[in-house]
Amino acid sequence: MTRLRLRPRQSLVCRQAVELVTDYLEGALSRTQRRRFEAHLARCPDCPEYLAQIRAVITLAGSITPDDLTPRMRGEFTGLYRRWRADEAHDPL
Amino acid sequence: MPEDPDSELVSRLRVGDEGAFAELAGKYQGTMMSMARGYVPSGAVAEEVVQDTWLGVLRGIDRFERRSSFRTWLFRILVNRAISAGVRERRSVPVDDMGPVVDASRFDAGGSWQVPPEPWADQVDDKMIAAKMAARILAAIDELPLQQREVVTLHDVQGLSSEEVCAILDISNVNQRVLLHRGRSKLRQVIASEFGSIR
Repeated sequence: MTRLRLRPRQSLVCRQAVELVTDYLEGALSRTQRRRFEAHLARCPDCPEYLAQIRAVITLAGSITPDDLTPRMRGEFTGLYRRWRADEAHDPL
Repeated sequence: MPEDPDSELVSRLRVGDEGAFAELAGKYQGTMMSMARGYVPSGAVAEEVVQDTWLGVLRGIDRFERRSSFRTWLFRILVNRAISAGVRERRSVPVDDMGPVVDASRFDAGGSWQVPPEPWADQVDDKMIAAKMAARILAAIDELPLQQREVVTLHDVQGLSSEEVCAILDISNVNQRVLLHRGRSKLRQVIASEFGSIR
Protein backbone atom coordinates (compact mmCIF):
# COMPACT_ATOMS: atom_id res chain seq x y z
CA MET A 1 0.00 0.00 0.00
CA THR A 2 1.38 3.33 -0.97
CA ARG A 3 0.90 6.15 1.40
CA LEU A 4 0.54 9.43 -0.22
CA ARG A 5 3.01 11.68 1.42
CA LEU A 6 3.06 15.34 0.65
CA ARG A 7 6.51 16.77 0.91
CA PRO A 8 6.62 19.80 3.10
CA ARG A 9 7.23 22.90 1.06
CA GLN A 10 10.83 23.33 1.86
CA SER A 11 12.44 26.52 0.85
CA LEU A 12 15.93 26.57 -0.52
CA VAL A 13 18.90 27.87 1.36
CA CYS A 14 21.79 29.68 -0.35
CA ARG A 15 24.11 26.68 -0.13
CA GLN A 16 21.62 24.67 -2.19
CA ALA A 17 20.74 27.51 -4.53
CA VAL A 18 24.31 27.97 -5.77
CA GLU A 19 24.39 24.31 -6.78
CA LEU A 20 21.29 24.76 -8.93
CA VAL A 21 22.51 27.76 -10.88
CA THR A 22 23.66 25.86 -13.97
CA ASP A 23 20.57 23.68 -14.16
CA TYR A 24 18.52 26.85 -13.84
CA LEU A 25 20.37 28.66 -16.61
CA GLU A 26 20.30 25.60 -18.86
CA GLY A 27 16.58 25.19 -18.38
CA ALA A 28 17.01 21.81 -16.71
CA LEU A 29 14.99 22.41 -13.56
CA SER A 30 11.47 21.08 -13.21
CA ARG A 31 8.76 23.68 -12.87
CA THR A 32 8.54 23.19 -9.14
CA GLN A 33 12.30 23.39 -8.73
CA ARG A 34 12.44 26.49 -10.85
CA ARG A 35 9.74 28.17 -8.80
CA ARG A 36 11.53 27.34 -5.60
CA PHE A 37 14.78 28.67 -7.00
CA GLU A 38 13.18 31.90 -8.15
CA ALA A 39 11.37 32.30 -4.85
CA HIS A 40 14.73 32.06 -3.12
CA LEU A 41 16.25 34.65 -5.44
CA ALA A 42 13.40 37.03 -4.77
CA ARG A 43 14.06 37.14 -1.07
CA CYS A 44 17.81 36.50 -0.84
CA PRO A 45 20.04 39.59 -0.70
CA ASP A 46 23.11 37.79 -2.08
CA CYS A 47 22.21 34.94 -4.42
CA PRO A 48 21.07 37.28 -7.25
CA GLU A 49 24.62 38.67 -7.33
CA TYR A 50 26.01 35.14 -7.44
CA LEU A 51 23.74 34.28 -10.36
CA ALA A 52 24.68 37.53 -12.11
CA GLN A 53 28.35 36.65 -11.71
CA ILE A 54 27.88 33.24 -13.30
CA ARG A 55 26.02 34.94 -16.14
CA ALA A 56 28.88 37.41 -16.48
CA VAL A 57 31.33 34.51 -16.71
CA ILE A 58 29.28 32.98 -19.52
CA THR A 59 29.15 36.30 -21.35
CA LEU A 60 32.90 36.76 -20.95
CA ALA A 61 33.60 33.23 -22.20
CA GLY A 62 31.33 33.84 -25.18
CA SER A 63 33.17 37.04 -26.03
CA ILE A 64 36.42 35.19 -26.64
CA THR A 65 36.89 34.77 -30.33
CA PRO A 66 39.22 32.02 -31.34
CA ASP A 67 42.37 33.65 -32.67
CA ASP A 68 42.38 34.33 -36.31
CA LEU A 69 44.98 32.36 -38.17
CA THR A 70 48.36 33.99 -38.38
CA PRO A 71 49.50 34.54 -41.97
CA ARG A 72 51.94 31.65 -41.53
CA MET A 73 49.18 29.30 -40.38
CA ARG A 74 46.92 30.47 -43.14
CA GLY A 75 49.70 29.59 -45.57
CA GLU A 76 50.02 26.15 -44.00
CA PHE A 77 46.31 25.46 -44.35
CA THR A 78 46.27 26.62 -47.93
CA GLY A 79 49.27 24.36 -48.52
CA LEU A 80 47.50 21.43 -46.89
CA TYR A 81 44.47 22.04 -49.05
CA ARG A 82 46.47 22.22 -52.26
CA ARG A 83 48.47 19.10 -51.44
CA TRP A 84 45.25 17.27 -50.80
CA ARG A 85 43.80 18.45 -54.11
CA ALA A 86 46.93 17.33 -55.91
CA ASP A 87 46.88 13.87 -54.23
CA GLU A 88 43.21 13.59 -54.98
CA ALA A 89 43.85 14.27 -58.66
CA HIS A 90 46.54 11.53 -58.78
CA ASP A 91 44.67 9.07 -56.71
CA PRO A 92 40.94 9.47 -57.06
CA LEU A 93 38.75 7.30 -54.86
CA MET B 1 17.55 21.31 -35.92
CA PRO B 2 18.71 24.93 -35.86
CA GLU B 3 20.45 26.34 -38.89
CA ASP B 4 24.07 25.23 -39.16
CA PRO B 5 26.18 28.39 -38.73
CA ASP B 6 28.80 26.93 -41.07
CA SER B 7 26.35 26.03 -43.78
CA GLU B 8 27.66 28.56 -46.26
CA LEU B 9 31.31 27.72 -45.66
CA VAL B 10 30.53 24.03 -46.14
CA SER B 11 28.86 24.77 -49.48
CA ARG B 12 31.85 26.80 -50.59
CA LEU B 13 34.27 24.10 -49.49
CA ARG B 14 32.34 21.56 -51.52
CA VAL B 15 32.90 23.51 -54.69
CA GLY B 16 36.61 23.69 -53.99
CA ASP B 17 36.94 27.13 -52.39
CA GLU B 18 40.24 27.03 -50.49
CA GLY B 19 39.40 30.30 -48.74
CA ALA B 20 36.46 28.55 -47.07
CA PHE B 21 38.84 25.91 -45.80
CA ALA B 22 41.13 28.53 -44.28
CA GLU B 23 38.14 30.23 -42.66
CA LEU B 24 36.92 27.03 -41.05
CA ALA B 25 40.45 26.32 -39.90
CA GLY B 26 40.66 29.76 -38.32
CA LYS B 27 37.43 29.21 -36.50
CA TYR B 28 38.15 25.79 -35.07
CA GLN B 29 41.89 25.11 -35.09
CA GLY B 30 42.55 26.52 -31.62
CA THR B 31 39.73 24.60 -29.98
CA MET B 32 40.71 21.43 -31.82
CA MET B 33 44.31 21.70 -30.68
CA SER B 34 43.33 22.24 -27.09
CA MET B 35 40.91 19.31 -27.19
CA ALA B 36 43.35 16.97 -28.91
CA ARG B 37 45.99 17.68 -26.29
CA GLY B 38 43.72 16.20 -23.68
CA TYR B 39 43.88 12.81 -25.32
CA VAL B 40 47.44 12.44 -26.56
CA PRO B 41 50.78 12.60 -24.82
CA SER B 42 52.39 15.50 -26.68
CA GLY B 43 51.70 18.66 -28.60
CA ALA B 44 53.32 17.13 -31.66
CA VAL B 45 50.91 14.18 -31.66
CA ALA B 46 48.02 16.58 -31.10
CA GLU B 47 49.08 18.52 -34.19
CA GLU B 48 49.12 15.29 -36.19
CA VAL B 49 45.66 14.39 -34.95
CA VAL B 50 44.31 17.81 -35.89
CA GLN B 51 45.92 17.77 -39.31
CA ASP B 52 44.61 14.26 -39.87
CA THR B 53 41.15 15.50 -38.89
CA TRP B 54 41.29 18.27 -41.48
CA LEU B 55 42.30 15.76 -44.13
CA GLY B 56 39.35 13.64 -43.03
CA VAL B 57 37.13 16.68 -43.48
CA LEU B 58 38.43 17.33 -46.98
CA ARG B 59 37.99 13.68 -47.95
CA GLY B 60 34.57 13.38 -46.40
CA ILE B 61 32.96 16.75 -47.06
CA ASP B 62 31.10 15.49 -50.12
CA ARG B 63 29.60 12.70 -48.08
CA PHE B 64 28.73 14.94 -45.12
CA GLU B 65 24.94 14.76 -45.07
CA ARG B 66 24.25 17.72 -42.79
CA ARG B 67 22.28 15.56 -40.42
CA SER B 68 24.31 17.18 -37.68
CA SER B 69 25.96 20.57 -37.72
CA PHE B 70 29.33 20.75 -39.43
CA ARG B 71 31.05 21.52 -36.14
CA THR B 72 29.52 18.44 -34.44
CA TRP B 73 30.74 16.32 -37.33
CA LEU B 74 34.18 17.96 -37.23
CA PHE B 75 34.67 17.52 -33.47
CA ARG B 76 33.41 13.92 -33.63
CA ILE B 77 36.08 13.12 -36.22
CA LEU B 78 38.64 14.85 -34.01
CA VAL B 79 37.65 13.01 -30.84
CA ASN B 80 37.61 9.64 -32.61
CA ARG B 81 41.04 10.19 -34.07
CA ALA B 82 42.40 11.53 -30.83
CA ILE B 83 41.11 8.48 -28.97
CA SER B 84 42.74 6.16 -31.53
CA ALA B 85 46.02 8.05 -31.25
CA GLY B 86 45.84 8.59 -27.53
CA VAL B 87 46.95 6.69 -24.53
CA ARG B 88 43.77 7.17 -22.56
CA GLU B 89 40.24 6.07 -23.13
CA ARG B 90 38.24 8.92 -21.75
CA ARG B 91 34.65 8.19 -22.53
CA SER B 92 33.55 7.88 -18.95
CA VAL B 93 33.19 10.90 -16.76
CA PRO B 94 35.51 10.55 -13.81
CA VAL B 95 34.27 12.04 -10.61
CA ASP B 96 37.40 14.07 -10.12
CA ASP B 97 36.12 16.71 -7.80
CA MET B 98 32.66 16.56 -6.41
CA GLY B 99 32.75 18.91 -3.45
CA PRO B 100 30.49 21.95 -3.25
CA VAL B 101 31.24 24.68 -5.80
CA VAL B 102 31.33 27.37 -3.12
CA ASP B 103 33.48 26.75 -0.08
CA ALA B 104 31.32 25.48 2.78
CA SER B 105 32.89 27.96 5.20
CA ARG B 106 31.16 30.80 3.37
CA PHE B 107 27.78 29.59 4.62
CA ASP B 108 26.46 29.55 8.16
CA ALA B 109 25.04 26.49 9.87
CA GLY B 110 21.63 27.14 8.30
CA GLY B 111 23.10 27.30 4.80
CA SER B 112 22.81 31.06 4.26
CA TRP B 113 25.69 33.18 3.07
CA GLN B 114 27.97 34.13 5.93
CA VAL B 115 30.60 35.59 3.61
CA PRO B 116 28.50 36.67 0.62
CA PRO B 117 30.05 37.24 -2.81
CA GLU B 118 31.56 40.69 -3.22
CA PRO B 119 29.53 42.38 -5.95
CA TRP B 120 31.22 42.90 -9.33
CA ALA B 121 28.86 41.46 -11.94
CA ASP B 122 27.69 44.85 -13.24
CA GLN B 123 31.27 46.04 -13.74
CA VAL B 124 31.60 43.59 -16.60
CA ASP B 125 29.35 45.92 -18.63
CA ASP B 126 32.36 48.18 -18.92
CA LYS B 127 34.11 47.31 -22.20
CA MET B 128 37.64 47.85 -20.91
CA ILE B 129 37.05 45.71 -17.86
CA ALA B 130 35.32 43.05 -19.94
CA ALA B 131 38.27 42.83 -22.33
CA LYS B 132 40.69 42.41 -19.45
CA MET B 133 38.53 39.80 -17.75
CA ALA B 134 37.94 37.89 -20.99
CA ALA B 135 41.69 37.48 -21.33
CA ARG B 136 41.83 36.23 -17.76
CA ILE B 137 38.98 33.77 -18.47
CA LEU B 138 40.80 32.40 -21.48
CA ALA B 139 43.83 31.62 -19.34
CA ALA B 140 41.65 30.18 -16.58
CA ILE B 141 39.81 27.87 -18.98
CA ASP B 142 43.17 26.42 -19.91
CA GLU B 143 43.72 25.41 -16.32
CA LEU B 144 40.41 23.65 -15.81
CA PRO B 145 40.42 19.87 -15.51
CA LEU B 146 40.25 18.40 -18.96
CA GLN B 147 36.59 17.50 -19.29
CA GLN B 148 35.41 20.74 -17.75
CA ARG B 149 37.65 22.56 -20.19
CA GLU B 150 36.16 20.67 -23.13
CA VAL B 151 32.59 21.34 -22.11
CA VAL B 152 33.15 25.01 -21.25
CA THR B 153 35.07 25.60 -24.48
CA LEU B 154 32.51 23.93 -26.71
CA HIS B 155 29.42 25.24 -24.96
CA ASP B 156 30.32 28.68 -23.64
CA VAL B 157 33.19 29.79 -25.90
CA GLN B 158 32.23 28.17 -29.21
CA GLY B 159 28.51 28.44 -28.45
CA LEU B 160 27.56 24.86 -29.28
CA SER B 161 24.25 23.56 -27.95
CA SER B 162 24.14 21.01 -25.14
CA GLU B 163 22.99 18.39 -27.63
CA GLU B 164 25.99 19.05 -29.83
CA VAL B 165 28.39 18.91 -26.89
CA CYS B 166 26.93 15.61 -25.66
CA ALA B 167 27.14 14.08 -29.13
CA ILE B 168 30.74 15.16 -29.58
CA LEU B 169 31.99 14.02 -26.20
CA ASP B 170 29.68 11.03 -25.94
CA ILE B 171 28.42 12.03 -22.50
CA SER B 172 24.95 12.37 -21.03
CA ASN B 173 23.20 15.67 -20.63
CA VAL B 174 23.43 15.37 -16.87
CA ASN B 175 27.18 14.81 -16.99
CA GLN B 176 27.53 17.68 -19.35
CA ARG B 177 25.77 20.00 -16.94
CA VAL B 178 27.82 18.78 -13.99
CA LEU B 179 31.02 19.54 -15.89
CA LEU B 180 29.71 22.91 -17.01
CA HIS B 181 28.63 23.77 -13.49
CA ARG B 182 32.00 22.98 -11.98
CA GLY B 183 33.90 24.68 -14.75
CA ARG B 184 31.90 27.89 -14.61
CA SER B 185 32.08 28.01 -10.83
CA LYS B 186 35.87 27.85 -10.98
CA LEU B 187 35.99 30.58 -13.58
CA ARG B 188 33.77 32.72 -11.35
CA GLN B 189 36.23 32.30 -8.52
CA VAL B 190 39.13 33.34 -10.72
CA ILE B 191 37.31 36.48 -11.87
CA ALA B 192 36.15 37.23 -8.32
CA SER B 193 39.71 37.16 -7.04
CA GLU B 194 40.78 39.28 -9.99
CA PHE B 195 38.23 41.92 -8.98
CA GLY B 196 39.28 41.49 -5.36
CA SER B 197 42.86 42.34 -6.26
CA ILE B 198 42.00 45.54 -8.14
CA ARG B 199 39.60 46.72 -5.48
